Amino acid sequence: MSTPRSWNRLPRVKPNAVYALSQRGDCMLDTLPRPLLAYGNGRSYGDVCLTEQGTLLLTRGLDRFIVFDRKQGILCCEAGVTLAEILALVVPHGWFLPSTPGTRLATVGGSVANDVHGKNHHAMGSFGHHVRALELWRSDGSVIECRPGDSVGLFSATIGGLGLTGLIRWVELQLMPIHNPWMWVESQRFANLEEFWALNRRAEASWPYSVAWIDCLAQGKAQGRGILLTGQHAPAQAELPVFKEYSKRIPVDLPFSMINGLSLRAFNTLYYWQPLKRQVLTHYVPYFYPLDAIQNWNRIYGRNGFYQYQCVIPPCEAEAAIASLLDTIARYGEGSFLAVLKTFGSKPSLGMLSFPRPGTTLALDFPNRGDKTLRLFERLDAIVREAGGALYPGKDARMPASLFQSGYPQWEAFDKYIDPGFSSRFWQRVTL
Amino acid sequence: MNSLKRVVLFGATSAIAEQTARQLVAQGASLYCVGRNRDKLTALIDDLKVRAIDHQRIYGCVADLTDIAQHAHLIEAAEHILGGIDSVLIAYGTLPDQKACQLNASMTRQEIETNALSVINLLTLLANEFENQQRGVIAVISSVAGDRGRQSNYVYGAAKGMLTLFLQGLRNRLAKANVDVVTIKPGFVDTPMTAKFDRSGLLWAKPEQIAKGIIKAMQDGKSEVYLPWFWQGIMLIIKHIPELIFKRMSL
Ligand SMILES: Cc1cc2nc3c(=O)[nH]c(=O)nc-3n(C[C@H](O)[C@H](O)[C@H](O)COP(=O)(O)OP(=O)(O)OC[C@H]3O[C@@H](n4cnc5c(N)ncnc54)[C@H](O)[C@@H]3O)c2cc1C
Ligand SMILES: NC(=O)c1ccc[n+]([C@@H]2O[C@H](COP(=O)([O-])OP(=O)(O)OC[C@H]3O[C@@H](n4cnc5c(N)ncnc54)[C@H](OP(=O)(O)O)[C@@H]3O)[C@@H](O)[C@H]2O)c1
Repeated sequence: MSTPRSWNRLPRVKPNAVYALSQRGDCMLDTLPRPLLAYGNGRSYGDVCLTEQGTLLLTRGLDRFIVFDRKQGILCCEAGVTLAEILALVVPHGWFLPSTPGTRLATVGGSVANDVHGKNHHAMGSFGHHVRALELWRSDGSVIECRPGDSVGLFSATIGGLGLTGLIRWVELQLMPIHNPWMWVESQRFANLEEFWALNRRAEASWPYSVAWIDCLAQGKAQGRGILLTGQHAPAQAELPVFKEYSKRIPVDLPFSMINGLSLRAFNTLYYWQPLKRQVLTHYVPYFYPLDAIQNWNRIYGRNGFYQYQCVIPPCEAEAAIASLLDTIARYGEGSFLAVLKTFGSKPSLGMLSFPRPGTTLALDFPNRGDKTLRLFERLDAIVREAGGALYPGKDARMPASLFQSGYPQWEAFDKYIDPGFSSRFWQRVTL
Repeated sequence: MNSLKRVVLFGATSAIAEQTARQLVAQGASLYCVGRNRDKLTALIDDLKVRAIDHQRIYGCVADLTDIAQHAHLIEAAEHILGGIDSVLIAYGTLPDQKACQLNASMTRQEIETNALSVINLLTLLANEFENQQRGVIAVISSVAGDRGRQSNYVYGAAKGMLTLFLQGLRNRLAKANVDVVTIKPGFVDTPMTAKFDRSGLLWAKPEQIAKGIIKAMQDGKSEVYLPWFWQGIMLIIKHIPELIFKRMSL
C-alpha cells in the first residue's frame, strides 16, 4: 500500500504500520504498535494526520450510515463517511450540511477533529456546533459517548481535538433544511482592502455565505483587490436548471510547480477582470466545491509539494495586520490564485483547540521552494504573533511551537484529555 | 435483461457483497442478507435501510453457512419475506493459510468445506427452486485462483476450481429452464480478505468496481466474467503455460 500523505504532500513521513479499519467492531486497538493516529481522507495540509511512529488507522472503511431521521434532519453515521456521501444521501430529502469546508472529500471524523469552518461561519459557526453526539474509542478499549456540555469536557476536547482524544467511531449531526440543491450567488468586485471591509460588513448582514478571493500580488492602491462572493440557498423555484457533474484529473506528478510568479500574475489579473453577473443560480457542487472538480489538483505544485498558510487575526488588529501580511506576500512575489479572505462570526467555537474565533482569516497556498518559502513564513508569523492571531493546525506543516502555544492558550489544559495511546507528528512538533 | 428486484446475498457482509448490496439498493432492490457475524450484519442492514426508500424491504439473517442443515430454511425464509426470489449472489469465502494447510489435513478439508462443499450444498437446493420457477439468476463469486493450481495457493484454488466446474455443469442444465448461472472471477481486490497483502502495483481493484461488474453480469446473464476484464488475458496466458514449465515456476 502506498504511504498515506496529506493533501499538500508535505512532510513525507512514514508510520511504522498502517491498519485499515473496516468495521466499528474491529477490536484491535490494543494489539497495534503505538502511538495510534486516525487518518481520514488526508485532506489536511500538513501533519495533523501523519505520524512517524506507531500505527496510522485508516478510517475510510468506516463508511456506513447508521440512522437518518428524515423528518428532524438528524443523521448518525460512521466517522469515515465523506461529506460528499452525506450530501448525496440528504440533499434529495431537503437537508444540507449546516457547515462545510471547501472540499466535500473530507470525512466526518476529520471534519470534527479539525472543527472545520465554511463560508457561513458568521451565520452558523463551525462544524462542531452541529454535532449532537459522537462516540470515542480509546486505546484502552473503552468506548465513550460524548455530547455537548458533558461534565468531563471530553466533547469540547474532541471538537477540534486533532485526533488526539481517541478514535471517533460515529458522529450524530443536526442537518439544515433546504428547498433544492441550488444557490443564489452574487459576485462583486472591490478595488482594494478598504473597499473589502465596507462591502464585507454589508454582505455579512444580509447573506448567510460570504467569502472573498483576493489578488495577493496587487500592490499599492490596488492592494487587496478582489471579488466578494456571497450566496444563499435558493427558495422554491418555478423552474430549475439541469446540473451535470464533470470531473477532470491531473494525470501525472509534475516534476516542477506550474505555479510561479508569472503564471500567477497573469491568472490573477484575468480572474479579477472577469465579467461579473449580478445574481446567478448555481448548483451547490460548483459553488461550495470548485476545486473538487479537478481530482488531484495538488499535483500542479509538483513533486516538492506546497504549503498552505492560514491565519486568523482578532477583529481590532485585523485591518492593519491583513494589510501588512498582503504587503509582505506581494513583495515576495509568489502566492496562490487561491488567496481567500473571510471574517469569522462571533459565535464561540466549542472546541478547546478550535481554530475559528472572532476575527478575519486569510489563506494562501505557496509552492515549496525550500528555505525561501520558510523564511517568508517566518516574516508572516511575526505579524500574526504581534496581532495576537493564530495559525490553523489543519493547514500547517511548519509552525514554531511558540506560535501554536500563544495561539492556543488551552493547549496545556487539553493535555489531560489526550488518549495516552495516541499522538501525531504535529502534536510532537508543537508541544516540544 | 434479468430483474434484480428481489435479491438474496449469502455472505452479505463480505466487502464485495456489501458494495453490491449498496448498488442494488440504489437501483431499488429489496434484499435478504445472510451473514455469520451479528455485529457486522447489523451495521450493514442499518446502512442499507438508510439508503433505501420505504417500500424496499431490507432483511438480515445471521447464519454460519458451513452449517448446511440451515440452508433449506434460509431459502424458504428469503422467499417468504421477499415474496419470491429473482436472483441470488453467493459471496462468502475464506482465504486459507496455504502453509498451515500443508501441515494440517483437517484444516485443508475445512477450507474445502467452506469454500466449495457448503456452496455446492446451497447451489443444489437453489438450482431446484430456480428450475421450478423457470427464471432468475444464480451468481457465485469464484476466483481467478480457480483457473490453475499454484504452489502458493492451491487449497483455495482447488476449492474455487471445483465451484467453477460445478457452475459450468449447472449452467448447462439450467439453460433449458431459462435460468442464468453466472461465475464471477475477480482478480486482486482490496478487501479485508487481502489486508495482509502488499497492495502496491496496478492489478488491485476496489470492491465497488467489482460490485458494478457483478451487477452488470447478473443483469446481462453472462456465463463467466473476469473482473476487472483484463484478468481474462492474464489467465489465458497462465492457463496456456505448458505444465512442464509451469511446475518449475514459483507463482
Ligand atoms: C480543497 C480543500 C479545501 C478546504 N477548505 C477548507 C475550509 O474551507 N475550511 C476548513 O476548515 N478546512 C478546509 N480544508 C481542510 C479540510 O477540510 C480539513 O483538513 C479536514 O479535517 C480534512 O478531513 P479528512 O477526513 O481528510 O481528515 P485528515 O486530513 O485525514 O485528518 C485530519 C485530522 O482529523 C483526525 N481524524 C480523522 N478521522 C478521525 C477519526 N475518525 N477519529 C479521530 N480523529 C480523526 C486526524 O487524526 C487528523 O488530526 C480544505 C481542504 C481542501 C483539500
Ligand atoms: N479479495 C480478493 O482479492 C478476492 C479475489 C477473488 C475472489 N474473492 C472472493 O470474493 C468473495 C468475497 O470476499 P471479499 O474479498 O469480499 O472478502 P471478505 O470481506 O473477507 O468477505 C468474506 C466473507 O465471507 C464470510 N464468510 C466466511 N466464512 C463464512 C461462513 N462459514 N458462513 C458465512 N459467511 C462466511 C465472511 O464472514 P465474516 O465477516 O464473519 O468473517 C466475510 O464476510 C469470496 O468468495 C472470495 O473468495 C476475493
